[in-house]
Amino acid sequence: MIRLTLLKLLQAVPVILIVSVLAFLLMSLLPGDPAVLIAGDQATPEAIEQVRRNLGLDRPFLEQLGIWFLHLLQGQFGSSLMLNQTVLSAMAERLPVTLSLAGLSIAITLPIGIFAGSVAAYYRQSWVDSLVMGVALLGVSIPGFWIAILSVIVFSVILGWLPSSGYVPIDQGAIEWLRSMILPAIMLSLFQIGFLARMTRSAMLDVLSQDFIRTARSKGLSEWVTVGKHAFRNALILVITTMGILVSTAIGGSVVIEQVFALPGIGRLVVQGILARDYPLVQGVMLIYGFAFVAINLAVDLLYTVADPRVRYD
Amino acid sequence: MTASSLVSIEDLTVQFRTDRGWTTAIEGVSFDVAEGDCVGVVGESGSGKSVTALSMLRLHARGTSRFARGSVRYGGQDLLRAPERTLRQIRGRDIAMVFQDPMSSLNPVLTICDQISETLCLHQGVSRAAARQRAIELLDLVRIPDASRRVDEYPHRLSGGMRQRVMIAIAIACRPRLLIADEPTTALDVTIQAQILELLRDLRAELGMAVMLISHDLGVIAEFARRVIVMYAGRIVEDAPVDVLFRAPRHPYTEGLMASMPALEGGAGRLYAIPGRIPDADEPIAGCRFGPRCAHVEAICQAAAPELVAIGATHRVRCTPRTRTSGTS
Repeated sequence: MIRLTLLKLLQAVPVILIVSVLAFLLMSLLPGDPAVLIAGDQATPEAIEQVRRNLGLDRPFLEQLGIWFLHLLQGQFGSSLMLNQTVLSAMAERLPVTLSLAGLSIAITLPIGIFAGSVAAYYRQSWVDSLVMGVALLGVSIPGFWIAILSVIVFSVILGWLPSSGYVPIDQGAIEWLRSMILPAIMLSLFQIGFLARMTRSAMLDVLSQDFIRTARSKGLSEWVTVGKHAFRNALILVITTMGILVSTAIGGSVVIEQVFALPGIGRLVVQGILARDYPLVQGVMLIYGFAFVAINLAVDLLYTVADPRVRYD
Repeated sequence: MTASSLVSIEDLTVQFRTDRGWTTAIEGVSFDVAEGDCVGVVGESGSGKSVTALSMLRLHARGTSRFARGSVRYGGQDLLRAPERTLRQIRGRDIAMVFQDPMSSLNPVLTICDQISETLCLHQGVSRAAARQRAIELLDLVRIPDASRRVDEYPHRLSGGMRQRVMIAIAIACRPRLLIADEPTTALDVTIQAQILELLRDLRAELGMAVMLISHDLGVIAEFARRVIVMYAGRIVEDAPVDVLFRAPRHPYTEGLMASMPALEGGAGRLYAIPGRIPDADEPIAGCRFGPRCAHVEAICQAAAPELVAIGATHRVRCTPRTRTSGTS
C-alpha cells in the first residue's frame, strides 16, 4: 500500500512539471507583450523596459523557465496585477468558497446518483428505469448556466426562499452558509447526478448478471443484502473511477456557477483575472487547478486498492 | 410423493421469455429426491438439467421466466408458489447449491470468511466471531490446507479447485438436507475433478444429506450417483438405478450416450457420436423430440409424444416402441 502510494506520487511528478511549464508558457503564448500590458497605456518606453527587467522578461527563455521553477519551489506565485495582494493570498481567500461549493455538490451527488442508478439497474426495462434514465439524461443535457439562472428566478426572485447571490462563511453561522450555498450546489450537481446515475446503472447491470449474485441469492440472502452488499461492493469500483471525473467537472462547473451566483470563489477569480489580463493570477489558478486534478486522480487510484482487493498486491 | 421423499417435483414446466414469446425450456419434469439419496442428472447442454435445478430454489433471472405448470414440494410447501421470505429461509439452510464455475461464483471483493459466515449468521444467528471459527472448521472439512490463514483471503488468491471447495464449504455450512451440485467439476482439471467428487461423496456420508449431482459426463454420474435421471430436450427420457441404467439402458438416447463414452480398452477406433443436434426449445417436432436423431425411429414415434412410462418399480422410460413391450423386460 505504501509502495503503491509512493509509486503513484512519483508518477504524478511529470504531470505537475508539464502543467507548470504550460502555465509558464501562458506568458509567451498569449498575443501582445505582457510588459506593455502591465505598464499600462500611458507608459513611456523606459517604463516598459523597466517593467520588462523587473519581470525578468529580458532574459533568455530557459533562464526565465528556471527562475519560474525556482519561485514555485519557494512557494512564490508572484503578485496579482489587478488586486493589491499576492496571488497566493488572493487564492487562499477564495478557496473556501470553491471548496464549499464543490464539497456540498459532491455530497449531494453521491447518495442520489448512486441510489438512482442502482434502482434503475435493479428494475431494468421497467417504468422506474425509464423514469430515472430520462431524468438523468435531462441532468446531463441541460446547460448549467441556463438552469442556474432559471433557479435564481424561481427560488430567489419569485418564491424568495433563498438569497440570489453572495457567500456567507461557515463561521458566521452554518444555516446561513447552507442557505447561501445550497442552490448553487444543487445546480452544480444536476449534471453530475445524471452522469453518476448512468454510470452506476451500467456498472450495476453488469454486476447483477454475474454468477456470484446467483450464489448470494442461493444462500438465502435478502434482495437488500444481495444488491446492497454483494452487487454494490463490486459496482463501487467503477463508481470510484467516475468520482474522479465528477470532482473534476465540479471544479470546472464551479467557474460558471460562481459567476451566476456571484460567489467569490476561485472560478470567479480566474474569470476576473482573464478579463483583466492578470497573468500572474491566471498562472497561479492554472497551477492550483492542475495540482487539484493530479491530487484527485491520485486519490482515485488509492481508493481503488481499498475497493478492489485484486489490485492490492500489484 | 412417497413418505421418505425429501423433495418431490411434479410436472415441472418452465418457460422463458424470448423475442418470439414464451419458449418452453423444460416440460413435465417429475421426480422425487429421497432423504439421503444420491441422484445424478445427465444430459447434453441445453437438455434442461440446470433449469430444473435452478427452478427448485427459484433462482432464475427475474421477469424472464415463469412456471407454467407443476410444483416442487418440500416440507409440505410448494416452493414454486411459496412467498419469497419462506423461500429465503430454505435457500442455503435446507437446500444449498454449488455452481459450475468456481471462478465467477464467488464474490471477488469479499473475503472467504465473509462469504462463509454470511450464511451462518443469517440462518443460525451465530455471532461474527463464532461464525469465523465455524468458517475455519468448514474449510478444514473441505480439506483446504492452512484454513485459519486462508479464511481471510480473497477468492482470487485461490486456485479453481480450492474455490470450488470454498463453494462447497459455503453450501454445507448450515448442514442442508439437500445439496444440489450443478456441474461442480466441469470447469476443473481431471485430477481436481476426482478430488472434488470424492469430497462430495465423503461429505454426503458424513452429513447424511441428499445430493443431486448434475453433469453432462456419464463417467462422473456413474461414479457418484445411486440413481440416474437422463434428460433430453427439456424432458426426462429415462430414470433408473445406476447399475440398471448402465447394464440395460432402455431409451435409444441413453444407449447413444453410453456408446459415445470412450472405453478404456478397445483401441483407437472412432468415437461414436449421436447424429444431429439437440433441437431448439421451440423447434416444432412431431411426436418424440428425439425422433429425428433416433436410429430406431418408427411411424408411431411421430404420431404422438411419448409418455414417461414405469417399466418396473424404479425404472421409467419415455419411448413408445420400447415401453409397448415392457412386460417382457
